Amino acid sequence: MLDALLELAWIVIKILAICVPLILTVAYFTYAERKVIGFMQVRMGPNRVGFPLPFIKRFHLLGLGQPFADVVKLLLKEIILPENANKFLFVLAPVMAIAPAFAAWAVVPFSDTMVLADINAGLLYILAMTSLGVYGIIIAGWASNSKYAFLGAMRSAAQIVSYEIAMGFALVGVLIMSGTLNLSEIVNAQRGGVFDWFWWPLLPLFVIYFISGVAETNRAPFDMAEGESEIVAGFHVEYSGAAFAVFFLAEYANMILIACLTSLLFVGGWLSPFAGVPLLGDTILGTDGIFWLLAKTAFFMFMFLWLRATFPRYRYDQVMRLGWKVFVPITIVWILVAALLIMLGVVVRGS
Amino acid sequence: MNTVVRYFKSLMLLELFAGLSVTMRYFFRPKFTIRYPEEKTPKSNRFRGLHALRRYPNGEERCIACKLCEAVCPALAITIESTQRDDGTRRTTRYDIDLFKCIYCGFCEESCPVDSIVETGFLEYHMENASERIVDKQQLLAIGDRFEAQIAADREQDAAYR
Repeated sequence: MLDALLELAWIVIKILAICVPLILTVAYFTYAERKVIGFMQVRMGPNRVGFPLPFIKRFHLLGLGQPFADVVKLLLKEIILPENANKFLFVLAPVMAIAPAFAAWAVVPFSDTMVLADINAGLLYILAMTSLGVYGIIIAGWASNSKYAFLGAMRSAAQIVSYEIAMGFALVGVLIMSGTLNLSEIVNAQRGGVFDWFWWPLLPLFVIYFISGVAETNRAPFDMAEGESEIVAGFHVEYSGAAFAVFFLAEYANMILIACLTSLLFVGGWLSPFAGVPLLGDTILGTDGIFWLLAKTAFFMFMFLWLRATFPRYRYDQVMRLGWKVFVPITIVWILVAALLIMLGVVVRGS
Repeated sequence: MNTVVRYFKSLMLLELFAGLSVTMRYFFRPKFTIRYPEEKTPKSNRFRGLHALRRYPNGEERCIACKLCEAVCPALAITIESTQRDDGTRRTTRYDIDLFKCIYCGFCEESCPVDSIVETGFLEYHMENASERIVDKQQLLAIGDRFEAQIAADREQDAAYR
C-alpha cells in the first residue's frame, strides 16, 4: 500500500517537474514574443514591469515582471458566460484544449535518461495528442453560440485536419529513417555528426514539418482561426479571464511542443552538433545533454516569433492550396526518396 | 520553361528567406523608443504647456488687467475681474483659467502687452477632481514663480522673433 502511494507520489513529482518549468516557459515565451516582435519593429517591447523589492522601490529589469502581471490580471478578471452559450461545454472547452497540450509532454525524452514515459509508440501518442487539441477549439467555437467563434472554429478544424496529413507524412519519413516509433530511439538513430541528423536526408520533410507545425498551432502566418482583422478573435472571442488564459497557455504549450519535437525528430535532440568534430568535440561542447535539446528548442521557438514578425496572414484558400497541393505531394515524393536512400544504403540506419 | 524555373525557385523559399533576413536586420537596429519618464524628447522653447502669470523682478505682478487675453481667447477659458488698487493702479481681483476649455493656442500670451500671462513648457500636470481644472490667480502666480527661470530663458531665446 505504502509502496504504491510512494510510487504515485514519485510520478506526481515527475509530472510537476515537467509541467511547472513548462508553464514558466510559456509565461516567458509570451514575454519573449512581445520583445522579439517589438525589436523587429524597431521598438522596445515591454520594459516597465519589474519586481517589487524591499529597498529599491521600483526595479525595472527590462520588464521581466510583465508575464506575472499579465497572469494576475487575467486570473482576477471575470469569466463571462454568454447567456445563450452551452455552459457545460463552454467551460469544458479550455480544459479540452490544454489537457492534450500538457499530456503530450509525457513521452518527450529530454536526454538519454530523462523521460517520464518511455513508451514504444511514443510518436503515435504525440500525433494523437496534438490532434486532440482541435476538439477544444471546435467545442469552444460551438459552445460560445457566436458567429465569429463558430467561423473561427470551422476554419481551425479544416486547417488542422489538412496540415495533420502533411505532418503525418513528414513523420513517416522519420520513421523510415529510424525504423522505430520510440522517441528516444529516434534520437539515438541520429547519432553521429550534424549531417547524420535527419534534417539533412529529409530536408524537405523537415521544412514541411515545421511549417505544418506552425499551421497546426494556429500561429501567424496561419492564424486564420483567430484572424483578428476578419473574425475578431475567432474561437475564443467570447472567453475572458482565466478561461482565456487557459487557451493562451494551451496555444503556447503547443508551440513549445512543436519546437521540441522538431528538434527531437530532425536535428538530433540532445545530441551535440560537435560530436564528430576533432578539437571542439573533446570539450564540454562535444558532450550530449539536455542543454542541447533546450538550445535547439529555443531556436525553433524563436523561429515561431520570427515568422510571425515577418509574414502577413495567408488567405484561407491559399492555406488550403498550400496544404493539399504543395505539402502533401512533396511529402509523398520524399517518402519514396527516403525509402530509396535506406534501400540503396546511401543512408545507414543508426550509423 | 520559365514556369518550371519559377516553381523550383518558390520551392526553395528564396522570397521567404529574403523577408526573414529583413526582419532579422531590423532586430539589431537601434530602437526608436524613448523610455519616457527617464528620457524625454527635446522640446521647443515655444512649447505651449501649462499657463503661468509672471512677476517683475521686484516682485510686482505684471498683469495690469487690460483683459486683452480674455477678449482674444477663442475658447472663452479666461475670466478676469479687476479693481483699482490703493496705489491707483488697476489690478485683477480674479484671474481664472479653465484648463478644460483652454485649447492651448497661445493667443493670450501673444496678446499680452506686458508679457504677464505665458504658457510654460511644463506639460506633466494632472488633476484628480474636475473642479481643479479652474486655475485661479494665486495658483497661476505660484506656477510663474516656480518656472520663472525657464520662462525667462525661453523668452530670451525667442526675443529676436518677437
